Amino acid sequence: MSNHVLLALLLLSPVIGFLINGLRFRSQNGMLAGTIATVAVATSFAAALMFFFQLVGLPADQRSLRIEYFTWLALGGLDIPVAFVVDQLSILMVLIITGVGSLIHLFSVGYMSHDERPAKYFSYLNLFVFNMLLLVLGANLVLMFVGWEGVGLCSYLLIGFWFTDKAKAAAGMKAFVTNRIGDAGFLLGIFMLFVTFGSIDFAQIISALPETAETTWTTSMCLACLFLFVGAAGKSAQIPLYVWLPDAMAGPTPVSALIHAATMVTAGVYMIIRLNPLFLLAPNAMTVVAAVGAATALFAATMGIAQNDIKKVLAYSTVSQLGFMFLAVGVGAFGAGFFHLMTHAFFKALMFLGSGSVIHAMHEEQDMRKMGGLKKYLPITHWTFVCGWLAIIGAPFFSGFFSKDEILWMAFHSPQGSPMLWLVAVVAAICTAFYMTRLMAMTFWGGSRVPKETHPHEAPLTMTIPLIVLAVLSVFAGWLGVPHGLSTFLPGHPSNILEHWLEPVIRPIPGLQHGSIGLEMTLMVVTVLLASISAFIAFYMYALKPNIPVTLANKLRPLHNLVANKYYIDEFYQLAFIQPLIQFSRALWTKADIGFIDRSTYKLTDFIKSAGEGLRSLQTGQLQSYTLMIVVGVVATLLLLMV
Amino acid sequence: MFLSSLILLPLVVALVLLFINDEKIVRWVSLASAVALFVESLFLLKLFDKSSPDLQLVEYANWLPDYGIAYYLGVDGWSLLLVVLTTLLTPLVIGASWNAIDQKVKGYHIALFVLQSAVLGSFLSLDSILFYLFFELSLVPMYFMIGIWGGENRIYATYKFFIYTMAGSVFMLAAIIYLILQCRVQLGYYSASIMDFYQLSIPFVEGDFFTPQTLLFFAFAGAFAIKVPVFPLHTWLPDAHVQAPTAGSVILAGVMLKMGTYGFVRFVLPLFPEAAAYWGFLFIAVGVIGIIYGALVAMVQVDIKKLVAYSSVSHMGYVILGLFVLNTYGLTGGLYQMLAHGVSTGGLFLLVGMIYERTHTREIAKYGGLATAMPIYAIFFLIITFSSIAVPMTNGFVGEFLVLIGTFSYNKWIASLAVLGVILGAAYMLWMVKKVFFGEKGETVLKHPEMQDLNLREGLVLTPIVVLIFWMGIFPQHFLSYSDASIRHFIENKSNYQLNIYGSEAAVESAETRE
Repeated sequence: MSNHVLLALLLLSPVIGFLINGLRFRSQNGMLAGTIATVAVATSFAAALMFFFQLVGLPADQRSLRIEYFTWLALGGLDIPVAFVVDQLSILMVLIITGVGSLIHLFSVGYMSHDERPAKYFSYLNLFVFNMLLLVLGANLVLMFVGWEGVGLCSYLLIGFWFTDKAKAAAGMKAFVTNRIGDAGFLLGIFMLFVTFGSIDFAQIISALPETAETTWTTSMCLACLFLFVGAAGKSAQIPLYVWLPDAMAGPTPVSALIHAATMVTAGVYMIIRLNPLFLLAPNAMTVVAAVGAATALFAATMGIAQNDIKKVLAYSTVSQLGFMFLAVGVGAFGAGFFHLMTHAFFKALMFLGSGSVIHAMHEEQDMRKMGGLKKYLPITHWTFVCGWLAIIGAPFFSGFFSKDEILWMAFHSPQGSPMLWLVAVVAAICTAFYMTRLMAMTFWGGSRVPKETHPHEAPLTMTIPLIVLAVLSVFAGWLGVPHGLSTFLPGHPSNILEHWLEPVIRPIPGLQHGSIGLEMTLMVVTVLLASISAFIAFYMYALKPNIPVTLANKLRPLHNLVANKYYIDEFYQLAFIQPLIQFSRALWTKADIGFIDRSTYKLTDFIKSAGEGLRSLQTGQLQSYTLMIVVGVVATLLLLMV
Repeated sequence: MFLSSLILLPLVVALVLLFINDEKIVRWVSLASAVALFVESLFLLKLFDKSSPDLQLVEYANWLPDYGIAYYLGVDGWSLLLVVLTTLLTPLVIGASWNAIDQKVKGYHIALFVLQSAVLGSFLSLDSILFYLFFELSLVPMYFMIGIWGGENRIYATYKFFIYTMAGSVFMLAAIIYLILQCRVQLGYYSASIMDFYQLSIPFVEGDFFTPQTLLFFAFAGAFAIKVPVFPLHTWLPDAHVQAPTAGSVILAGVMLKMGTYGFVRFVLPLFPEAAAYWGFLFIAVGVIGIIYGALVAMVQVDIKKLVAYSSVSHMGYVILGLFVLNTYGLTGGLYQMLAHGVSTGGLFLLVGMIYERTHTREIAKYGGLATAMPIYAIFFLIITFSSIAVPMTNGFVGEFLVLIGTFSYNKWIASLAVLGVILGAAYMLWMVKKVFFGEKGETVLKHPEMQDLNLREGLVLTPIVVLIFWMGIFPQHFLSYSDASIRHFIENKSNYQLNIYGSEAAVESAETRE
């Protein structure tokens, strides 16, 4: 099979699934719809595996296949082909998207079994996968943007899937509009690169890059990177555009797992990694990326502490973890950023699906205050969730441990990094350990607060199999990227397979010194110790002595309120931007449009009318007055002529 | 004779309709003729040589030779697709008004065909007086459409619409007469031909308003700016749209506004290149203001149709912006945006008409939950909404993207302002969608429990729109290839624009130099 056909299969099989389910959107047969959709994505996954092994078989410097179909638009110097690049970076993303995607589709079969519109749901989900594939495989910025907006659209449709609930429809709209702010930045970034390099093709831009970095703020590359980062901040929910992601939890839980944890929200990180040679030439923009990432990591982690909705905790956790990824790419550790993107995709998808299983078992209850002690009813969900929990808090040798440790080390060690960034990230990691343990304790451990009429039950196989697979990945995926410092201590010296694989597409950080292994180990041990203490305190407070949090919250009422209300950021945006904008628009309409522009046209017509009336009074029909006027006229003319 | 047949056959149909008294037969004859005319116009695409920027299928006949006024027609890359868009929309609106119009059915269809003839005439005329005649003639059937089949406040809207546009055209007529006289002075003969106008050299003095080129520029630009309409000359549009019957709104937004933007590319930019470059900043400014202003005002509307009308102001701002940055991307984007807006805003007005037929209200606040009551309708509405807010893979994206990239090449800060339209567009459209379609069933929906989803007729009317939305979005090259040569020719000869007649000696010569 030629690569053209194989890639077409990979891309279009979700489209076919979308069309089949979309055309029979009224069907209530969830089993059939789910099977069609799952098979469609699994087919893509199989095709992706074929590409992967094909790449593995090639020498490292040739592992980049460019596949072109037709010209989308060619105009003057602007040439936009529908072309795709299958290389070391994009194929891993595709494997994550279609692999995790297949599992989540499978999970959805069980999760959506009681829904009224399963076919519609699965058609949207397939459409999302298609757009996500466009985004990661596109060989140029415009194609990436097409997928970028496409996934935003699917996200809008899926967040508002149960649109009869006004709040859910509003959440979808908020997500789309907030993302559009980012997209506007992305567009400007594309234009800036096009004007500077005369191309929108990734490979052409990268080969046209100058040798020296720009040290200013307003020159073309730095501006382009900043514009692109606005786009990334929108899609990947970074400060100040993160507000849509917690609300996006209104969608069905598998959607949160697929779109709002594993794939779409990482698109911003992916974009920066894709353009890493460009970002390396704009160190100022990198600083912004790292600072925003670190700030978001910490800020969102603190918000996670005071949430009672299980999905909201996971949502803020996602925002925070994305912050870690941006911190990584901001200090130039693109490989580490991608590594965390991957491990996070596994353990966060796992935990979202796990929370879905919990919510399913609790009959759509999401409030953790009404849970507790679920361990004994949901053993599989619990034990798989434990794997995800250990991975995210960075318990040694679980996947998140390796990836987070590498980010922290690079934040400290890279010439772009600083001890300050490291410190912020460590505090964020401590908070992470706290809120995740709190979630575990409130949901699965301690005494039960489950209402009597609810009888939790373990989920069916279609739901538990994806959990188990993802749990295995969450535990072991870290071994793909054992940091160099650590590997010297481990038996058999495992190497950093992932970084080695990505080497041809990722430029090294300029000026990176060889770090001291002792220092790296010390920092790692410190972090692990602090996180463990934090996790233990959370366990003690929420599982063993559940009255402590209550008294503590009472004692620290103002602080607790501030955090529990998410620092009133939504309210602030409402008051500072949205309300004034609406009032301004209303004033424009009533005062400017109707009151001034429209009224001036009336004034003009009134003037013409009265002028006409004035002139009409001259036309009296009386011969005498006409004669008088003629005489006056003649005299005046004569006088003029004589003078 | 091909172009003449496009313009005259609708009039023949209108004449034939005069003699039919059965309403049903009137509708069927109209629909069949409109479809036939559309099919005929498709042959235009076949006959047209895409590789040439010259005027093709030219027809010439003396009319008032003493003043150089002639019946002179031709088509090039600027006008070709606008012609096809016009012939496409007529059968669609006939289908859409099948039940909505039950009074004076015959007159209504006659007005539609006269309108089609007038619009096509203005796109195809190469004689300025002939153009002016068609340009003004188009007002008459529209005047009757709004005045007879319009809403409650129709008389007010009709007057406003008519006087507003008339007032602008008067200055254009004066300018045309001046140019005809200039032909006599400079070329030795009277001529109203646009081709002869292109030969004239019209003195331009920077910074001095009262010089010939600047005055002529503003006389033409003013007339077209009202037609487009450009901020702040837009206030006739929302009233006209709200009062017009569905067909009137569709044709108005779909093609009549484009007569204004077409006027810019046919007359203003090539005839007065220095003035257009010098005073262009004014139009770039009102273009950007229009984009943002239209979107903001759309955001606070209570009536769906008015919201769509203000969204037109915003979308046409993109067209003006694209035309006046005067580069390939901007001009192409402007032209594409004209077509895309014609399709998608036409589609939105069709949809608004369909729901109005059922509920007789357009108040956004009283809707809610419509997606539950009419799921198919909701799907169509959402698709066309996405086209309107320029989601990629729809037609709206191509135009907006090209206009913005053209603007960015011109000045990045202006582009940074214009890009706000991308955000605001999503805000007002999705806000309206949320209020109308989502949530619990609202007052209006509850009051009409018998409401049916779209029927076959309505589905057939909307299908071509949806097909075009995706076709134009996924394969823009299929459409751009028709205008490519004309736009390139314009860019290459900006300061000394000439058009040749396809197959004439001059054209052959210039084709050789092109190669």
